[in-house]
Amino acid sequence: MRIALLGATRGMGRAVARELARRGHSLFLLGRNESELERSAKDLEIHGAPSPVRHFRCDLSEPSSFAPALEAAIEALHRLDAVVVTAGIFASQDDLENDSALTAKLLDTNFTQTILFCEAARKCLLAGGGGTLCVFSSVAGERGRKPVVLYGATKAGLTRYLEGLDHRFYHQGLRVVTVKPGFVRTSMTIGLKPPPFAADPHDVARTVVRAIERARPVVYVPPIWALVMAVIRWLPRWVMRKVNF
Amino acid sequence: MTSDTPSNTELRSCSPVVPVSGWGRFPVSEAHLCAGERLEQVARHTVLSRGLGRAYGDAALPATPGEALTSTLFADRLLSFDPESGILRAEAGCPLWRIIEVFLPRGWFPPVTPGTKFVTLGGMVAADVHGKMHHSQGTFGRHVVSILLQVADGRVIECSPEHEAELFDATLGGMGLTGHILEVAFRMHKVPSPWIVEQTETFADIPSLLAALRDAGEKWPFTVAWADLLNPPPHFGRSALMKGRWAEPHEAPSHPPKPKRTVRVPALFPSWFLQTWMVRYFNRLYLYRARRNQKPRIVHPESFFYPLDALLDWNRLYGPRGFTQYQCVLPAEDGFERHIRFVHRLRELAAPVFLAVIKDCGAEGRGLLSFPRPGISYALDMPMMARTQAIVDALNEFVIAAGGRVYLAKDALTRPEHFRLMEPRLQRFLAVRDRWDPQHRLHSALAARLFGDRR
Repeated sequence: MRIALLGATRGMGRAVARELARRGHSLFLLGRNESELERSAKDLEIHGAPSPVRHFRCDLSEPSSFAPALEAAIEALHRLDAVVVTAGIFASQDDLENDSALTAKLLDTNFTQTILFCEAARKCLLAGGGGTLCVFSSVAGERGRKPVVLYGATKAGLTRYLEGLDHRFYHQGLRVVTVKPGFVRTSMTIGLKPPPFAADPHDVARTVVRAIERARPVVYVPPIWALVMAVIRWLPRWVMRKVNF
Repeated sequence: MTSDTPSNTELRSCSPVVPVSGWGRFPVSEAHLCAGERLEQVARHTVLSRGLGRAYGDAALPATPGEALTSTLFADRLLSFDPESGILRAEAGCPLWRIIEVFLPRGWFPPVTPGTKFVTLGGMVAADVHGKMHHSQGTFGRHVVSILLQVADGRVIECSPEHEAELFDATLGGMGLTGHILEVAFRMHKVPSPWIVEQTETFADIPSLLAALRDAGEKWPFTVAWADLLNPPPHFGRSALMKGRWAEPHEAPSHPPKPKRTVRVPALFPSWFLQTWMVRYFNRLYLYRARRNQKPRIVHPESFFYPLDALLDWNRLYGPRGFTQYQCVLPAEDGFERHIRFVHRLRELAAPVFLAVIKDCGAEGRGLLSFPRPGISYALDMPMMARTQAIVDALNEFVIAAGGRVYLAKDALTRPEHFRLMEPRLQRFLAVRDRWDPQHRLHSALAARLFGDRR
């Protein structure tokens, strides 16, 4: 497959890109920082991606950069079979409550800008006859919860958008893969105490890459979270008010 | 706000104060862990870099509880590989297992590997690790081409045997005290096949083992011995010598070996769990199996180089009290007489040696604090007990008299006056450190304990 990735220099995106490289997929990197893109491209070539892995500047906070970046990907790879979006930011609920600028940035990045990017990617994929759009949401969007009120809200919105997108464009050939990670040990979560079922990025990557290859609409990683969230979704409100998870 | 203040994103990638310890789970301290994909940014505000935490003692602990350490684990990219020269350059947090996973199927292997693949490249340089191939390959540092180092004042310096050689020498085995290691370039080895030929030989006592270990070193690139120093005679000193070399293509399966299955030890073991009698029985069983299994055979490189890695978190077997690994090297130029006395000393002290690994050491490396020197090295795992400090003191006195030294990556208990006596190169190391870091901005619990840093 020929795949463009936004956010592949860091965290889970890096792990997913490596797993794709290991399986020999052709990759194109989108991101903010040229030198980081350069280094990650080298890393992916050594991990087995067809050389050269090219890259292009694309900043989630600049929607005008989306279309040119995706066009650059199509030009380099000749066509695009999939777009993977792992970019996004996280901040603790306490930090967000004390910093409205940070809150605005989080809401904007994780919801508005991410969706604008998905729209651009959707258009590119449909113009090429269809393809897979794989986006990282979170289990935090499944239920309103005390420690992730704001972050969870952005991810809930994103999840619903992706669900609708899948319904609307499925018959035109768009395959939407919504990834819902539980707790993953990345530099983003180093401040937090790992709960049960905490996963390492490379475990996540294997599951996600299989889902991309088979175009599964919803993936929980690690898979145990499907069960955990099924229970949490059905907990009555008075229980959610009492417990602190 | 100065331009040096970390942005929100960087601040968030520092953890609150969390307990940290080395692999021996003794001593335990507390630190903020700061992490990120861009090491150069993260490292600017911390007192030390920390990788996978496989140093046994206090080498990767803060001097004062609550200081900020860099976790290098997210800076793990492979940056370039030249198949002509075999030179691989990678970020310091890159774990050894990743290098093996990527390169073994293509016929390359690191020239030197310690007994676990769960170490980072930065850690391999900082401890100047050695392994079963020390007699043939020297330490890891011998194969390092260059190091990118962020020194105490924030400058990033590239050092190598040709450029800033003194800083380079102090960084090999310098336990991270010369600067934050950002990148490492080293020469990989081409291997004829991705499999190992292993042959085991067993011995009834230490003198015959030592002679065989010395002889085997001339023919085999990898040698290591395992001895029972816990059971009373006649079992005391019974031992097995493992010899290995890379298999030639015609001897080995044509396909590369699959990754090994691993089992994780749960966190529930109490300190009383591992009892001397259990380990005694285990040792006897192990030797019984080794005796029956002495024919050459083709084995997985991971089971040959990393037998303990199959059991993830095996240090938990010792429970919360933890354990220490006492590793020393004793010269063997004038025969094995003092080695026999060393082993007898262990018996006199009734040292509870749950695991003893004996290795042949070759020439001394160029690292100013690199551990190995010509002789034989003993690595002895002992549970932490009230008398462990006394045992280590007594062993250190023996080692000083014999002209040997201990391994800082394993050490937690050596006293500063003992270390000064066994390490004549220390003054040179401290002089280099003072030149690059006069205020000792980079420091660790180990430096505070052994070099007398202010706390």
